Amino acid sequence: MAARRTTKKPNISAEELLGYYRDMLLIRRFEEKAGQLYGMGLIGGFCHLYIGQEAVVVGLEAAAKEGDKRVTSYRDHGHMLACGMDPNGVMAELTGREGGYSKGKGGSMHMFSKEKHFYGGHGIVGAQVPIGAGLAFADKYLGNDNVTFAYFGDGAANQGQVYETYNMAMLWDLPVVFVIENNKYAMGTSVQRATKSPSLWERGAAYGIPGEEVDGMDVLAVKAAGEKAVAHCRAGKGPYILEVMTYRYRGHSMSDPAKYRTRDEVQKMRDERDAIEHVRDLLLQGKHATEDDLKAIDKDIKAVVNDAAEFSKESPEPALEELWTDIYADTVPQTA
Amino acid sequence: MATEILMPALSPTMEEGTLAKWLVKEGDTVSAGDVIAEIETDKATMEFEAVDEGTMGKILVAEGTEGVKVNTPIAVLVDEGESADDIASGDTAAQALEAAAPAADAAAKAAPAGGSAKAAPPATASAEPKPDTSPDWPEGTEMRTQTVRESLRDAMAEEMRANDRVFVMGEEVAEYQGAYKITQGLLDEFGARRVVDTPITEHGFAGIGVGAAFGGLRPIVEFMTFNFAMQAIDQILNSAAKTLYMSGGQMGCPIVFRGPNGAAARVGAQHSQCYAAWYSQIPGLKVAMPYSAADAKGLLKSAIRDPNPVIFLENEILYGRSFEVPVLDDFTVPFGKAKIWREGSDVTIVSFGIGMTYALEAAGKLAEDGIEAEVIDLRTLRPMDTDAILASVRKTNRLVTVEEGFPQGSVGNYITSVVMEHAFDYLDAPVINLTGKDVPMPYAANLEKLALVTTDEVIDAVRRVTYR
Ligand SMILES: Cc1ncc(C[n+]2csc(CCOP(=O)(O)OP(=O)(O)O)c2C)c(N)n1
Ligand SMILES: [Mg+2]
Repeated sequence: MAARRTTKKPNISAEELLGYYRDMLLIRRFEEKAGQLYGMGLIGGFCHLYIGQEAVVVGLEAAAKEGDKRVTSYRDHGHMLACGMDPNGVMAELTGREGGYSKGKGGSMHMFSKEKHFYGGHGIVGAQVPIGAGLAFADKYLGNDNVTFAYFGDGAANQGQVYETYNMAMLWDLPVVFVIENNKYAMGTSVQRATKSPSLWERGAAYGIPGEEVDGMDVLAVKAAGEKAVAHCRAGKGPYILEVMTYRYRGHSMSDPAKYRTRDEVQKMRDERDAIEHVRDLLLQGKHATEDDLKAIDKDIKAVVNDAAEFSKESPEPALEELWTDIYADTVPQTA
Repeated sequence: MATEILMPALSPTMEEGTLAKWLVKEGDTVSAGDVIAEIETDKATMEFEAVDEGTMGKILVAEGTEGVKVNTPIAVLVDEGESADDIASGDTAAQALEAAAPAADAAAKAAPAGGSAKAAPPATASAEPKPDTSPDWPEGTEMRTQTVRESLRDAMAEEMRANDRVFVMGEEVAEYQGAYKITQGLLDEFGARRVVDTPITEHGFAGIGVGAAFGGLRPIVEFMTFNFAMQAIDQILNSAAKTLYMSGGQMGCPIVFRGPNGAAARVGAQHSQCYAAWYSQIPGLKVAMPYSAADAKGLLKSAIRDPNPVIFLENEILYGRSFEVPVLDDFTVPFGKAKIWREGSDVTIVSFGIGMTYALEAAGKLAEDGIEAEVIDLRTLRPMDTDAILASVRKTNRLVTVEEGFPQGSVGNYITSVVMEHAFDYLDAPVINLTGKDVPMPYAANLEKLALVTTDEVIDAVRRVTYR
């Protein structure tokens, strides 16, 4: 196996590292299980897995506080698990069941949780970006110090509405962190085939928005950058851009012939840069944990994921009446 | 424990495929994520990754095999020290197959014999139409003459005074006082926090409005005209209208998108379209299109309080028209309640927005010839007061609809279908849908006049359906 790049021994507690290990592993195992259920026909339609990108959401969630909001695209399972949503509810939504977060009416791409301040789950590439700025607009209007994370892909970064949003977010000093998850591909189109810009975060400069590139395979680097960005926003200085360099191991969605990249390219990332293996190495080398400790965590997580899969199979399909509910919220007060 | 590896479904529609190539052989160790096979469908060749770790115990389907059904066991994965024969024959595969057919099962369960749990859409019309004909304000209420423009401004100001979370955003709404002066004075009273000038970026600020609504505010987004909302229509439909449903009722979008809609005067094809039929097609949206100043005020106040996204279609030509408006502390008009402007027994004319101008003018002239038209103003297109239409058609047996939008897929077409279904036996003549002409709006004064619906056309249509 090729040498893995290791960061210098970080000044970080065992507990914290173990937490990141656990959170990232949960996402990976959950996604593998989702892939399996898809193969069995239990999950239908589009299903975009987050495998490979786990360090991005786990690192940024480590920089968030209660009240902060997040919004993302259809590749949303990792974001939901990382912000504490229930794996059972997420998996049951994937299988289109009553116990899912949207009662089976949203699917893999459309879930929400008011409680966890997760605002979707959006299927139109780029549409979540102004929505994220709007959430930040609301917080600023209400005078609190919450920050919104608006996640989008390298492909989405070419949408016009992203730049309309940059302009207004800066104009109005909105507390929003724009997180570009640069996984190098938009479906089958590599970044290089979609733009001549050498970097995506630098486009913020045209609007005066500061930003930086972040190693998205290193959860500690992501967390550090996230803390800096969040501090900037909370201080009322307006938006911040993080271009997080990451990689998706699986196809764009389940039906991806993967002819746009070589198997070697994927294997090389997995062998040399895997974010979970990286934390695993830090834990073992720093003597923060033994192989047995980690095995125990693996076992716990397998159990959580298997429970979620069981729940998602056993939860019934939504009642047929559900077809006609939730189209309108119906209480209209006639007096203010 | 030995696990069977099943032929996977690699796309939403795949039922079978060719096992093109094995990339591992019996005895190889595999870990989760390793590509173990290539699978070919009619669309593409796809890589198949292992989801469990173990040793390839036995390959059950040889490479090159065509027509392998999804969920057929294709190999057996074993743990250290196990053999492929440890697998209880067929059990896991049977389980998997069972699990793969949940839809039919559950559907059968959900609809027991006798069909007591039948899912029925909310009725578009009741068997006996019972329209709400209560007056909009108590008899004897003091009235004041006011323009539509002033009424809209008052509605926003009143709601902004009542609720700090209501704010207005749009191009030129603040310092310029509104491109059509609808937001006149609001900046002075409420300040820049609540009256927000935006750059010219409809797509972006519509999305920001939607996000602000998700975040607990009550945005009023003004489009300089609805022609420009085309750049924002994705946010209006996909983000605002569908989220309540997609979230299983968890998260709605209380927002008002408002601005002038339809033809003004000689502004050409790109500035003259009526979007009534477009937006009223969308479940999840409410659509209001007032004619009078009182309705403009009462409906806009209701729209701002509504927990759903509302499309509020105004008309530039109507802005300056004056009407009687009730002097009440808190006057609202509910959605889904049409207004009968004129009662009559010979024909029903249904319209909304500026179409009412022609409908009422025509009714006046027809009365001089002894033809009594009943004129109904829908006021809101979604929800639509179909009971009011059906009750009237049962009485008059004839129907003409009047609107400014294009003919194909018009609001009138929908009304006609409702009437065909629920009042066919009451009709004594074919329904006529009067609309704008099927052409982009021309600029030349004479051609524009021809393109729009006119009072004379309404009179002519009424004569045709009454055979007089
Ligand atoms: C407006 C729009 N255009 C096209 C699509 C189809 N589509 C879905 S995902 C995608 C690629 C997006 O890539 P990227 O933004 O890099 O995100 P990633 O999938 O890599 O997370 C495309 C073209 C869409 N959903 N919406
Ligand atoms: Mg991408």
